[in-house]
Amino acid sequence: MTRYWQTPAGMTRRHFMSHLAGSSGAYAASLMMGGSIYAHADELKQKRRSAILLWMGGGPATIDMWDLKPGAATGGPFRPISTTGDMQICEHLPLMAQQMKHMSVVRSMSTREADHARGRYYMHTGFVPNPNIEHPSYGSVIAHELIGQRPELEIPPFVSIGGASTGPGFLGMAWSPFSVTSNGRVRNLEMKIEDTRLMQRMAALSMIEDGFAKRTRDTPASEHAKVLQKTYDLMTSDQMKAFKVDQEPDDVKERYGTNGFGQGCLLARRLVEAGVPFIEVDLGGWDNHDGIHPTLQNNKLPTLDKAMSALIEDLDQRGLLQDTVVMCMGEFGRTPNINAGAGRDHFARAWSCVVGGADLKPGIAVGATSRDGSAVETEPFTSEDLMTTVVKGLGISTEKTFTSKNGRPMKIAGGGKIITDLIG
Amino acid sequence: MVLDRLRFRFIPCLLLSCFGMWDVSVSTANDTARSQVELINDAIEQGWKDYEIRPAPEADDAVWCRRVYLDILGRIPTLEELNQFLATRGTDNRTKLIQTLLYDDRYTEEYANHWGGIWTNILIGRSGGMDNREMTNRDGLQKYLRDSFASEKPYDTMVRELITATGTTKPGTENFNGAVNFLIDKVNADDAVLATSSSSRIFLGQQVQCTQCHNHPFNQWKQQKFWEFNSFFRQTRGLRRFVDGTRDVAYGELANQDFAGEANDPEDALIFYELRNGLTRVAYPVFTDGTEIPKSGYLSDVNRREELGHLMLESEFLDKMIVNRMWSHFLGFGFTKPIDDLGPHNPSSHPALLDALGQAFRHSSYDLKQLITWITMSKPYQLAAVLGKANEIDDPSIGEMPKFSRFYLRQMSAEQLYQSLVSATGAGAAGSYEEQEQQRREWMKQFVVAFGTDEGDEATTFNGSIPQALMLFNGDLTRQATSIKPGSFLDRIQKDGNSTRERLTSLTMAAVARRPTRNEMAVAAKLYAARQNNELEMLQDMWWALLNSNEFILQH
Repeated sequence: MTRYWQTPAGMTRRHFMSHLAGSSGAYAASLMMGGSIYAHADELKQKRRSAILLWMGGGPATIDMWDLKPGAATGGPFRPISTTGDMQICEHLPLMAQQMKHMSVVRSMSTREADHARGRYYMHTGFVPNPNIEHPSYGSVIAHELIGQRPELEIPPFVSIGGASTGPGFLGMAWSPFSVTSNGRVRNLEMKIEDTRLMQRMAALSMIEDGFAKRTRDTPASEHAKVLQKTYDLMTSDQMKAFKVDQEPDDVKERYGTNGFGQGCLLARRLVEAGVPFIEVDLGGWDNHDGIHPTLQNNKLPTLDKAMSALIEDLDQRGLLQDTVVMCMGEFGRTPNINAGAGRDHFARAWSCVVGGADLKPGIAVGATSRDGSAVETEPFTSEDLMTTVVKGLGISTEKTFTSKNGRPMKIAGGGKIITDLIG
Repeated sequence: MVLDRLRFRFIPCLLLSCFGMWDVSVSTANDTARSQVELINDAIEQGWKDYEIRPAPEADDAVWCRRVYLDILGRIPTLEELNQFLATRGTDNRTKLIQTLLYDDRYTEEYANHWGGIWTNILIGRSGGMDNREMTNRDGLQKYLRDSFASEKPYDTMVRELITATGTTKPGTENFNGAVNFLIDKVNADDAVLATSSSSRIFLGQQVQCTQCHNHPFNQWKQQKFWEFNSFFRQTRGLRRFVDGTRDVAYGELANQDFAGEANDPEDALIFYELRNGLTRVAYPVFTDGTEIPKSGYLSDVNRREELGHLMLESEFLDKMIVNRMWSHFLGFGFTKPIDDLGPHNPSSHPALLDALGQAFRHSSYDLKQLITWITMSKPYQLAAVLGKANEIDDPSIGEMPKFSRFYLRQMSAEQLYQSLVSATGAGAAGSYEEQEQQRREWMKQFVVAFGTDEGDEATTFNGSIPQALMLFNGDLTRQATSIKPGSFLDRIQKDGNSTRERLTSLTMAAVARRPTRNEMAVAAKLYAARQNNELEMLQDMWWALLNSNEFILQH
């Protein structure tokens, strides 16, 4: 028995723990319950769907990005350019223009929430804010639905990079976003003691846990052990290497852009490769009430262009894009009218979102706005519709019903309509 | 009754100084409380008989002591306090401890802080007053609540003050009244919808939110009632007071104003609301039981919130709601789930007991300490947290009606956890009061974000997230709590006691109020060897494991 108190050279933690469990009976039994077995790599490759949300906090002026109005009084100074897809986009997104064969633009988004907090909630959840209930966000819903595809995952299924995202609502804390900075730093990850000692502490802990669970025979006592197991897995998992974005070669980092969002997108790619079902990357600074065009041209658009194009290109080259939905949106668009401060204000009535990957039809523009961009002229789509479509694009049933805490049955995004141009 | 209450409150304090008469005071308290405790015991035991279940055995004294400290003061007992209690002889040792925690001056401040914190979360949630765009001043509300609990303010008085308050939000400003912080950010937006739903839910157990827009299929409240209740708040405004020369909100002031009504006729100050079919109806202030007040919107004619405060105090739902809330605080589940829905559509596990306790509480002149005494002296509160063959069906976590045949495990609140770590080890207790408070808030902010708990959540199962577990594994507070520097808790333990066994016992008692098991002693021996016979480091490993265990974090 004593040998379990030393680290056998070259032994993995699992090996260690299983030996401990096997020979010392109950000690580690409770901690092993949450343990998992690696399935064969090839089987897993078949169905490993993921989604990445690039969140443009503040409300991007999509009229200057994805749905330009050259010649209109509202059009602003930017010119449209052709792309590899069947649409034109802004001249200051030249790298994205090369990738548009993989992405589609929904130009007929029409929503009613033009306040930051409300719009943020609405676009993240597919529900209008309601004081009585908290709805789960994209990340929580998708992680919840896709986790079954990856029993080997030891890191959290919903990672939010550089921002807080939106919470799990009634799905519960297990589905809350795991927040990290764009350089992949995880808070409180290190105990700063030797691995051997950590394992020994865990063994002592698992014995106390197990004793208490046995004495009380109640659920909360045994539930706790599962969280400890997950935490320990996280601290010691090889998969945590995925967060080490600084290990990427310099030229790759350069290609994504050496800024928070660029490195965040690179981290997102690494996490998809590691099997994380949902990642959100935050890029704020789109609330451009004043002097919008210089800000977009010199700062926001180049940052987005580099990172997003590199992400899509890499996903495609690695064969991951066919299983990964990428979306780019904010809480609303901005007014066609350019205000006295040369800015644009909040506008939810007619704007664009960009989506692509997995089962979504690439390279098209869905819907159209009027000549000045002030109204949607085709069938309008809402957050409910977009979320339902994205979920279907990931192969998740749109008939899936959750039960909220107060017993109400609830479809994902309240059962929006599918944007049929994007998916059959 | 008033006399009873006074005697009950003062005699124990008075007699603390003359120890010989202590037993007399306890039996006085017993007399007063006995009939209520019997009331509880009879009703609960009847339930056990009806369902043919046998309750869990009684919890042993040490575990019970830990339990009652956590529930009444919001932290576990220190090793000294625990040992002191275990040394107390006599069958009424538990009653004595309850009285000490409630009435001894040593504990007044902790008691008031703990309950002030709980009620701050009930009234404005864990995030209320944290954003500087809000008028709500968290410190202001906390100060009001702390003072209320320290001065043993009757519950009905507190409710009336919260409902009718006027004044400013921030301590130190002219006209300060901390009680306004409950309503100040709930009356302006959305026609005071939030004030309506919060007041009725928190104090009367009436869930009216859904009826704002339509008649609810299984709620006796109709849409009309929602807007009638809402009308009471329409004479009230939250006014922003700015920092001179800026647009920064310095503080808020809750004020009553004449209300012209939505038809612009103050004599007949009505409001409109819309039915689902698009038709418009009107509403005037009418209380839930149908009592009407004058329709005028002039304050000189009628102060609507004053009227509401008065009507609420007459409602039996006020009594039932607080009894249900307190019961749930101590027993882990209320008589209804959720606790703040007492409508007829939501069955109660022990309806007659809830009624009777509500009446008894009213007759105690709304003395919360008496209610606490009845509940903590009752039989179900003495039981061990053990699910056995004989009470297997008593599992409310899977939706069964609670039968209180055992103590239900539940997670400590973030506040209890922090306070327990601090009082057990002295971690986080260095520096000035402000520095300590700063440290506490920082920790709480990180922990609560990680937790994401909302107001009114009943956390009966461990819903901890990984960031929270990481924080308890590796965070600063844990590092301080497990420090072995000279003068630290572990250092003091190690210098104390006659043997390693004794020191391990102290450690286990301090964390989970029991002696170490044989397995734990064996694992400690192995840790001792692994640490090359460095006992202090072994104690550190064991202490870390104890603090991170389910047994530590679950109230049991």
